[in-house]
Amino acid sequence: MSDAISALSGAHATGYVTVTEAGLRGMITLRGDLGATKLKAAVKKLIGADVPLVRQNTVNADRGVAWMSPDELLLMVPHAEAESCVAALAKALTGTHHLVANVSDARAVFRVEGAAVREVLAKISPADLSPAGFAPGQVCRTRLAQVAGAFWLTDDETAEVVCFRSVAAYVFGLLEHSSRTGSEVEYS
Amino acid sequence: MGMSTRLATGGRLLNRARAVEFNFNGKRLTGYEGDTLASALLANNQVLVGRSFKYHRPRGIVASGAEEPNALVNLGKGGRFEPNQRATTTELFEGLSATSQNHWPSLEYDVGVLNNYVARLLPAGFYYKTFMAPRAAWKHVFEPIIRQSAGLGKAPKDRDADRYEHFHAHVDILIVGGGIAGLQAARTAAASGARVLLVEQTANWGGRAPADGSVVDGIAAEEWITKAVEDLEKMDNVHLRTRCMGAGVYDHGYALAYERVADHLPANGQPRHRLWRIRARQIVTATGAIERPLSFAGNDIPGVMLASAVRDYVANFGVSPGDRTVVVTNNDDAYRTAIALKEAGLDVPAILDARPEATGPLARRARDLGIRVEPGKGIAKVIGGKRVTSVKICAQSGEGAALEEIPCEAVAMSGGWSPVVHLWSHCGGKLTWDETNAHFRPDPDRAPTNQDGEGFVKTAGAASGEVSTANCLKDADAAGRAAAKAAGFKPEPGDAATAEAEEVQPMLPVWVMPQGAGIAKRMKMWLDYQNDVKVSDVQLAAREGFESVEHAKRYTTLGMATDQGKLSNINGLAVLSQSLNSEIPKVGTTTFRPPYTPISMGSIGGEARGELFQPVRQTPIHDWHQANGAYFEPVGHWRRPYCYRRDGESTEQAVQREVKNTRQALGLLDASTLGKIIVRGPDAGRFLDMLYTNMMSNLAVGKCRYGLMCSENGFLIDDGVVARLDDDTWLCHTTTGGADRIHGWMEDWLQCEWWDWQVYTANVTEQFAQIAVVGPNARKLLEKLGGMDVSKEALPFMQWADGTIGGFSTRVFRISFSGELSYEIAVPAGQGRAFWDALVAGGEEFGLMAYGTECLHILRAEKGFIMIGDETDGTIIPQDLGLDWAISKKKDDYLGKRAQARSHMTDPNRWKLVGLETLDGAVIPDGAYAVGEGRNANGQRNTIGRITSSYYSPTLDRGIAMGLVDHGPNRMGEVIEFPTLGAGSQPIRARIVDPVFYDKAGEKQNV
Repeated sequence: MSDAISALSGAHATGYVTVTEAGLRGMITLRGDLGATKLKAAVKKLIGADVPLVRQNTVNADRGVAWMSPDELLLMVPHAEAESCVAALAKALTGTHHLVANVSDARAVFRVEGAAVREVLAKISPADLSPAGFAPGQVCRTRLAQVAGAFWLTDDETAEVVCFRSVAAYVFGLLEHSSRTGSEVEYS
Repeated sequence: MGMSTRLATGGRLLNRARAVEFNFNGKRLTGYEGDTLASALLANNQVLVGRSFKYHRPRGIVASGAEEPNALVNLGKGGRFEPNQRATTTELFEGLSATSQNHWPSLEYDVGVLNNYVARLLPAGFYYKTFMAPRAAWKHVFEPIIRQSAGLGKAPKDRDADRYEHFHAHVDILIVGGGIAGLQAARTAAASGARVLLVEQTANWGGRAPADGSVVDGIAAEEWITKAVEDLEKMDNVHLRTRCMGAGVYDHGYALAYERVADHLPANGQPRHRLWRIRARQIVTATGAIERPLSFAGNDIPGVMLASAVRDYVANFGVSPGDRTVVVTNNDDAYRTAIALKEAGLDVPAILDARPEATGPLARRARDLGIRVEPGKGIAKVIGGKRVTSVKICAQSGEGAALEEIPCEAVAMSGGWSPVVHLWSHCGGKLTWDETNAHFRPDPDRAPTNQDGEGFVKTAGAASGEVSTANCLKDADAAGRAAAKAAGFKPEPGDAATAEAEEVQPMLPVWVMPQGAGIAKRMKMWLDYQNDVKVSDVQLAAREGFESVEHAKRYTTLGMATDQGKLSNINGLAVLSQSLNSEIPKVGTTTFRPPYTPISMGSIGGEARGELFQPVRQTPIHDWHQANGAYFEPVGHWRRPYCYRRDGESTEQAVQREVKNTRQALGLLDASTLGKIIVRGPDAGRFLDMLYTNMMSNLAVGKCRYGLMCSENGFLIDDGVVARLDDDTWLCHTTTGGADRIHGWMEDWLQCEWWDWQVYTANVTEQFAQIAVVGPNARKLLEKLGGMDVSKEALPFMQWADGTIGGFSTRVFRISFSGELSYEIAVPAGQGRAFWDALVAGGEEFGLMAYGTECLHILRAEKGFIMIGDETDGTIIPQDLGLDWAISKKKDDYLGKRAQARSHMTDPNRWKLVGLETLDGAVIPDGAYAVGEGRNANGQRNTIGRITSSYYSPTLDRGIAMGLVDHGPNRMGEVIEFPTLGAGSQPIRARIVDPVFYDKAGEKQNV
């Protein structure tokens, strides 16, 4: 087994915010009845957090869980643990109707850091990025210019942006262009 | 000749300490910081700025803002060249370079002006009349002339040097227009706590009020504006933006604003334009009003300007339009211009007031300043060519007999004011005719409505039709309050700014000056300056039956120029209504469509240009392809290697080498783009039985099966191999382009139709790199790398297994799209490149070569395998392709079953798939048609079939093809003809054969 590599090998750009490919992240798609006791217990055991409410995102150290749809969660774990977590979840949910899939390698993750992180994202996503509309602890599935994506704020000045691996270079290009010095909107 | 020039003092927007050099038609000129290009041109006595579209009449600056129809220039050079830029909205910057448009050979001497002298032969609708006959004249006479003269500016030749971006903003209240009404509405709305975005199209706050000398809250408007802006800037819930034009209002509170970030600071690293895509709960349009011209003979001669524009140039830019300006009006407001000119030390020989008497306070003040006021008078004719030299005056009530000629350099005209209702109207806001002010104003009871049926646009100030400062402020406060309330906020009890009430003498609607002007005069009264539409043209359109305002517009081209009739629309439809003996409101307006003024294509595209024009999807192995001579082709948004060219090879040679090598030794294909969808649940088998035409529920765990998917209409939409992973779980492979579409198709059925079935899906296409190891040496390579047992016994054809190969954790599918021994091996995408490298290194001794999509196509065609998109085109059912074996007879239903039973689908005359072998080995052009006996009703030869795939087969060394042929499978061995294009070319003769050209028994793939 060779070491896995991320899509852009840690690409980095510095504008009026910084953009960094965050490397490998273990990601698991879990579909099932989000209200079921078994599922709630399995998520709690794996992530150390409750099943999030609509549009919520819980980060717990190197683990996290994000609400994706009424019957879908995105679980985040260290990349090396993803396969064993999938197995553990499958075991815990035996006998219930569910789907667990390791999607770690299907994704690219970017960290966008700086005071202007909201306005940089607002150039490529139609979501409401005002503090009233979007806060740390929430997740947003959205559009990044022409492709699907999602993001959340880990604090007021840091966002994590997720897209499909095949369009990693495109999304990195979008973020780089949007954060280029000179294009500050100064909208707050 | 009189001069327009810079005054020694004045010009509230100028920084006289900073001179700015610029260039117009090659002349070096100087202006000041704060100038617009228009004000700087006037300051340099450059009144003539262009030629009109049709008659090439000399055109001068007529307005001072976005409504300008004439002063359009080619701006900039090279990668920053842009035509049709309005001089009145172009801020002057150091090094600005502009040229005038629509003339040849020069602005001063233009050959096209000959059209002017034959104007009688070019009436409204002349295009439609003249070019009817003779037919030959169109090609040889009319078109060449029109091509030469068509268009205003020049098309840019170089790639745009600038960059652009979008910005999404969500606010409670968007206010468009930063005049005193917009500022007051913002103050009121912001006090409620609502998030407010206030945008202003110019670089300056305050709108017309300072130039008009308004007094607000007892202080000069300018002072009040400064303070209001300062106050708003301090509020966290307010954002202010200049150089940002509200361009359009759309459904659901969506609005576009066009920010000209760096037009005035080119090449400074900023994006040139930013398109704001705004979601607002409420929108307030405080867009002001536009002054209307008067229709008198010669009203298009350079030096004739709007009265408000003359006032702007004097007050804002310290520019005199000429020593002597005659003012002509039907209302009180134009007196302000006369007074401003007089106070600037300039001469106003007369104010011609079309009203029978002039009794208002402004008229009194003008008389007190010694200005001659002539009530009941108008202009009979303006004298001048490229510049006004005098006016002949007449009684407004007469037919235009000249009473006197007054020498002058400029004419300031005012026909009244029309509220800017564009943004109100974009999304369905209705208008009402205001008799008092002779204008259309928004009808607050018929606002554009949102998703709840509630009005979401309010108007404020002059945009509501208010005329006085006092009423504008009152109305703006009310609009801010109403918008805040509608957005869910509680407006504070207010302290809105106020102004003194003004005594005003009512205006008098004047649509033609003088009232009884004859045809000679009406042919010289311009309505649309840019498109050369005159009063006589609109009257002609009415006489010829173009009674609807929309028809009259298109027949005459009134309002169809780049200014979209901002000056001409109301005057034009008033003339139309008079010609039809109808009321103006009955005639109505044409439709207001966004954008308010033209916005750049760059801003619409935003970041989407160059590398970011379109997302390009790359597999984990993309870099290797690139480094190894891949010639890429787009497949969906993916880039896939078509072939890998080696030194000196042509594309065709590379493809042939890859085909031979894969058949004879070992090929490697990056198949990562194939769709991979997991379908899981107690009802998954039942679900897949509905989706595929064959059975999937009875597929044994560990096995693979090829399946077809059809739409409800029976047509084939996708195919691929399905693997059963466990009792509850299937993995469906789709075509490359079908992955997202088929996943969506599955979710559509599950969410909307079969919502009670227990099935989940997940699209895991990108989780895996999938690599096809293909050819007689395939097994040798895998055994060399070592790991799992890949023998025929352990892993037979059409089965899959998990295991390790060369230390990689893999899932191996024994499936073949080539007819050779083939393994498709999936590894996690993050290890895809490393696994590929291991295969390439290990395969060298077995003759391994990577192959691309064209080789893949040929391999499959040699085997008679169909390709979605080649053999199918949305009209093909599986039965057409001889795929009856893949359609289950046991199932009660599947998507498409009912449709496939309809008479047209079961018609034995449907063309069916066959193989075609050319007699001389030639390759039939793709898409070629076979012809049969006789001709159809149109005199064309009857067709009996067409080619769906055609290749040179390196394996067979001849052209092979698949095609759909009338009764094809029953005509094996028959020879049919495919005519080819080109003089004297012979048809290609081909024999109908079985579509499987290679290894019909399938022995090679099943080893």
